[in-house]
Amino acid sequence: MAEITQLIHQYLRHNKKFPLVFCPGCGHGIVLGSLVRSVHALGLPKDDVVIVAGIGCSGRIAAYVDFNTVHTTHGRALTVATGIKMANPKLTVIAVMGDGDAFSIGGNHLIHAARRNIGVTALVLNNFIYGMTGGQCSSTTPEGAYSHTCPQGQLESAFDIVELTRAAGAAGVSRGTVYHVKELDALLAEAISRPGFNLVEALTPCFTQYGRGNGFKSAVEMFKWLKASCLPVERYEKLEDRTGKLPIGTFVRRDVAGLETRWANMRQALAAKKGGAA
Amino acid sequence: MGRNRVVVYPDWCKGCGICAAFCPKKVFAVGQDGKARVVNEEACVNCGFCEPHCPDFAVLVIPGETDQTPCPPETAPDPAEQPAAKEVKP
Repeated sequence: MAEITQLIHQYLRHNKKFPLVFCPGCGHGIVLGSLVRSVHALGLPKDDVVIVAGIGCSGRIAAYVDFNTVHTTHGRALTVATGIKMANPKLTVIAVMGDGDAFSIGGNHLIHAARRNIGVTALVLNNFIYGMTGGQCSSTTPEGAYSHTCPQGQLESAFDIVELTRAAGAAGVSRGTVYHVKELDALLAEAISRPGFNLVEALTPCFTQYGRGNGFKSAVEMFKWLKASCLPVERYEKLEDRTGKLPIGTFVRRDVAGLETRWANMRQALAAKKGGAA
Repeated sequence: MGRNRVVVYPDWCKGCGICAAFCPKKVFAVGQDGKARVVNEEACVNCGFCEPHCPDFAVLVIPGETDQTPCPPETAPDPAEQPAAKEVKP
C-alpha cells in the first residue's frame, strides 16, 4: 500500500508550501489524491494533462500538482478549458471547480459546455457551501441547512446537479464521495477516458463552514454521515424511503463525439470539398 | 511474513482524526500535540483504508512482505532532494 502515498508525492510540486492549505478534515486533499491516481492509472504523461481551476478552496488544488495548470477567474474554468481543448485536442483537460464556481457563478458556462459536449472533464468538488469566503449559502446548500447567510435555515431548494447536466446533454454524469474513494478513482478514470463532456461531482465535507453550523461535532462525523447516507444508484432506486439518502455512481453514459472531434471532421470535409472542386 | 510498518509524517499531519476513527484495527490515535501517531502497529492488516483517505498524504503503510525495504524517513521528503523543476527559458 505504501505506493499510494509515494505515488502522490511523485506528482506534487515540492517547492510549494506543505501541508496543504485546506482545513483539517477537508476532503479536497482526498479528491486531489484520487485525481492523481486516476491520471496515473490511465498512463497519461504529466505534460499531456491540463488542470484548469477556478476560484475557491478547490482552486488551490491546481497549485499543488505537477501537471500543466491554469488558475482562472471565478466561474470561468470551463471557458478556459474549452479554449485549451479546441486549440490542442490532444491534451487531456480537467476543469476542477467548486460548487459555487460551477453552478452559481459559472452555471451558464456549465450548461453550455454540457450542451456542446466539449471533451473536457469537469470535476466539481461539492461541499454545499461557499467555504473560502466565509460560509455563505450556495446553490447546492440543501433545503433546511444552516449557513451564515441563512441562519434560520435555507429556504431555497438545492440544484440537482445530475438532472441539470443530464438535461443539458452531457456525455457522462457521475457522483462520488471522498469516503467512497476507490469508487471515486474509478468514476474519475472512466470520465477522463470517455469522449465528450463528463461531469464528476465529488461530495467533500467542509467541517469549518458547513459542519459546525449543522450539528456535526467533528470532521470525522461528516465522513460518517457520507458513509451512512450515500449508496450506489442501483440500490438507491430500489429504496422505498429515500429521505436523507443520496445516490452515487454513474448516472449518464452517452456515446457522443466531442465538439473538438466534430470540428476536426468538419474541417476535413470542407478541405476535401475544396480540393475536389479545384 | 513480516509485520506491516506504519508511518505518519508529523510535518504533514493536521490531526483531523480520520485515520484514528476509521482504522478497523485502531492502529492510530491523535495525540495531545494534535498529530496522529501510530500506537498499535502490530495490529495493522494492510486493509488499504488510511492511505487514500488521508487528506494530507501523511500516512505510509509498508507491507510486511517487503521487509527489505529501508525504513522511510520520519519526515516528509526534503524539497532539496527532489529533482529540480524545469528551468524556464528567458
